[in-house]
Amino acid sequence: MSDKLVGQPLVRKEDPRLLRGDGRYLDDLGRGALAAAFVRSPVAHARIADIDVTDALDVEGLVAVYTHEDLPGRVAEPLPLLIPHPDLSHPRTPYCLAKDEVNHVGEAVVMVVATDRYLAEDAAERIVVTYEDLPPVVGIDQARAAQRLVHDEVPGNIAARSVQTNGKGDARGAIAAAPHRLSLDLQIERSASMPMEGKGVLAHWDADDRTLRVHTSTQTSTSVRLAVAAKLELPPDRVEVITPDVGGGFGVKIVHPWPEEILVPWAAMTLGRDVKWVEDRREHFISSAHERGQQQHVEAGFDGSGRLLGLSVEIWHDNGAYVPYGIIVPIVTSTQLLGPYKVGAYRVEFTSLYTNTVIVTPYRGAGRPQGVFAMERTMDAIAEYLGLDRLAVREANLIQPEEMPYDQGLVFQDGRPLIYDSGDYPTMLRMIRELVGWDGFEAERAAAAAEGRRIGIGIGAYVEGTGMGPYEGAHVKVETTGEIVVSTGLTTQGQGHYTSLAQIAADVLGVGVGDVTVITGDTRRFKYAVGTFASRAIVTSGNAVAVAAGKVAEKAKRIAAAALGGGTAPEDLELVDGTVRRRDDPAASIDLRTVAVLSNPLRYAFDEAAKAATQFAAAVGTGDEPGLEATGYYMPERSTFAAGAHGVVVETDPETADIRILRYCVVHDCGVVVNPRIVEGQVHGGVAQGVGGALYERIVYDDAGQLVNASYMDFLIPFATEVPHIQTAHMVTASGVNPLGLKGAGEAGVIPTSAAVASAIEDAEGLAVRRMPISPSELYELRKLHETRKSRKEQVSA
Amino acid sequence: MTEQLHQITVTVNGVARRADAPARRLLADFLRMDLGLTGTHLGCEHGVCGACTVLMDGVPVRACLIFAVSADGHAITTVEGCCDSGGELGPVQQAFQECHGLQCGFCTPGFITTITAYLEENPKPTEEEAREAIGGNLCRCTGYQNIVAAVLRAAEILRERDADQAGAGGAA
Ligand code: FES
Ligand code: FES
Repeated sequence: MSDKLVGQPLVRKEDPRLLRGDGRYLDDLGRGALAAAFVRSPVAHARIADIDVTDALDVEGLVAVYTHEDLPGRVAEPLPLLIPHPDLSHPRTPYCLAKDEVNHVGEAVVMVVATDRYLAEDAAERIVVTYEDLPPVVGIDQARAAQRLVHDEVPGNIAARSVQTNGKGDARGAIAAAPHRLSLDLQIERSASMPMEGKGVLAHWDADDRTLRVHTSTQTSTSVRLAVAAKLELPPDRVEVITPDVGGGFGVKIVHPWPEEILVPWAAMTLGRDVKWVEDRREHFISSAHERGQQQHVEAGFDGSGRLLGLSVEIWHDNGAYVPYGIIVPIVTSTQLLGPYKVGAYRVEFTSLYTNTVIVTPYRGAGRPQGVFAMERTMDAIAEYLGLDRLAVREANLIQPEEMPYDQGLVFQDGRPLIYDSGDYPTMLRMIRELVGWDGFEAERAAAAAEGRRIGIGIGAYVEGTGMGPYEGAHVKVETTGEIVVSTGLTTQGQGHYTSLAQIAADVLGVGVGDVTVITGDTRRFKYAVGTFASRAIVTSGNAVAVAAGKVAEKAKRIAAAALGGGTAPEDLELVDGTVRRRDDPAASIDLRTVAVLSNPLRYAFDEAAKAATQFAAAVGTGDEPGLEATGYYMPERSTFAAGAHGVVVETDPETADIRILRYCVVHDCGVVVNPRIVEGQVHGGVAQGVGGALYERIVYDDAGQLVNASYMDFLIPFATEVPHIQTAHMVTASGVNPLGLKGAGEAGVIPTSAAVASAIEDAEGLAVRRMPISPSELYELRKLHETRKSRKEQVSA
Repeated sequence: MTEQLHQITVTVNGVARRADAPARRLLADFLRMDLGLTGTHLGCEHGVCGACTVLMDGVPVRACLIFAVSADGHAITTVEGCCDSGGELGPVQQAFQECHGLQCGFCTPGFITTITAYLEENPKPTEEEAREAIGGNLCRCTGYQNIVAAVLRAAEILRERDADQAGAGGAA
């Protein structure tokens, strides 16, 4: 069929509801529920000496106050370690409410439940906790020095140390033997996902039914369900978890269970009342999760054309106070660092360190921006060292299309071999060269210089493992009204799954996208799912929807063939325009909705479709199942690898060191595109976060472990006025590992932004940028440092 | 410590609404909790993100920075009131759908109200002006490209509708 819906830039089905103000986000639910609020630690590291709640007790509307001592059974135990790893030698996870000790500002100590949030906060304010301060460990330097410890029993503050090599010999030896060598020390500061909607939980305990219903603003409702069941010691079948509309996730909402996801349901059960907690912005800053903070040391050995013969990278990763989500972020940095390049011997070692700060878990990109920063800074440094063009050095190192699938010789975050399935990186670089105007840039620079302006150009390329397993599933059902209902267990946070998954199902079933309703993240509808993270949703769920819809189509053909009779075989039929019809004789057709009626052996003429069906004798065959519906799963053998390159032109003010992006270009390859409009939007959003991470956003802790910029006034998310116009170009190399040829697109935009912007600033300024983000005042300082060094060098040589 | 309640009367989206609330109740909470209009969202509760923007007597205000009692006697327009009379998408809403100006939709109500008021003032903005017009609202999903496009498209839709009306009037 030429008029396939997959590939079309359809407008989104979910928009009218959201645009009218009819969205149902967590805080829009549960009117009249009791409200929870938390007393959170105001200090970074302390022993809890005493908790005095007396003053809170006469707040009218107070219902309950809970401290760790009040928690029963498994609710009182530490939260689970979600992703263990053999190299994670010293895992520590938090309690739902702090027990004896607090390890970061914002850690929950007391839960208050009252009739509304104002009153709950009134009561929380009156609770007096006495702390005995312990010296805090803040920042990677202090964590590495290990003069102080975050957890007494964790030597060196080291949660994990891990080494990987690519099996191509001894990297250090290769570097030593290489014709040229250089080393770099790099740093990326902390940032955070910062969805516009914070987290939130609403719980309803049905005592008659002994059923717990939990709504939570999460990226994984199925896993929250199992976690809640385990913690509250309920049979999983008695727990339902529903994700309402979610106001953005970007990684932070994949972590689970959050303390509040256990405490709020527990309180609802204990009190026999609905209880709701909605995170406020300050809480989100100080008690959710951050990411990005890393130090890196790179050693590179290369030949005269810039080819990397050996690469050794050491990474120090700040994992915050606990590691409930394991060490995924530094694993991703280490394994995705190589990007589109093939290097000789590669060795990477990371040390994941505890600090007395908020936990660190994946934020869009999940460690890749740091890895790309290391690799791309190295490429630029090699070009500088050899006096070569920066793109030429990259080209010299690219994996060629004919080398696909390409085995990087590493173990990826999913525990499977890191094998790139497809990609055409030389074309990608050629496209970005043209789009950003690389070849004509020297003329542009000269023209700008003539006006007293300083501009520079930079580039950043990446490869992103997407669509990892273990699986996703979907259930597809044709109602007798003709409506198609697609249910998938994974959640959605704005990625347009209601539309793109409908496009996939509609193509298979020969219906319009308007006939398809997609339900996500509701464990009542679909119980098995992993979640929406790691750019995996469209790949895994999209293919699962295709599998399930394919089964439904087969069944529809079986039933229709029997109904049409006359020797019609299922293979003679096709699904077109809401009918099942003979390929050779389109007049011989049955409406899909009529087939849905026929699929049910027990049918009464409730509606028109049922009446119409009475003319057909045949129904679902013996041995078949009633209902025109099917469940399907997609279990990828391994991840699929998307790629892209960004090119950027910046202007730096010679006086004020202000940094302005003049041009931002993206070449993007996520395989077959289901909905170009949605993918383009994902890229835009990613780039905006990337620009934030390059120039504006940083989480700042002082020496005492206080987060000093925990508000939108001080943590600078870009407004429209800070995000440049973004030019995009797409290329398609279909995935070799899944039937639809899809690759993920959710995180792509953010991955190479810091690397590309740093490259452009270096180019404009003629000095090395080794730390991101960079502010005008930091650039100003860099200039001064650079001048001093230069004049010192000149003096020495004189 | 019982909180004293105040009777508050506001005209919301053209309908007179009355409820009792304590003096410290924020306008945003009043709309959401007391009147059940949950289209207005809270992204920061400190006046920066603009998600809570509503129009008070036609002027954009941050409903997280105003007490409900201060809105007593005023006319409020929320995102729910930016629809056409038949409940169809209003011009700004329609433009957002066409241009893919929203992803998660959480920031969107504040943009819709802000832009609705802005286009009253400046019915024919340039791209630069459109960008400025939304320069006080945060969106974490879209990177703003398509929101800027939606401002321009909304202006166009408004002009088309005006022309249609004028045309219809002329024919009558
Ligand atoms: S919630 Fe009012 S400005 Fe952010
Ligand atoms: S659409 Fe999600 S914050 Fe704007």
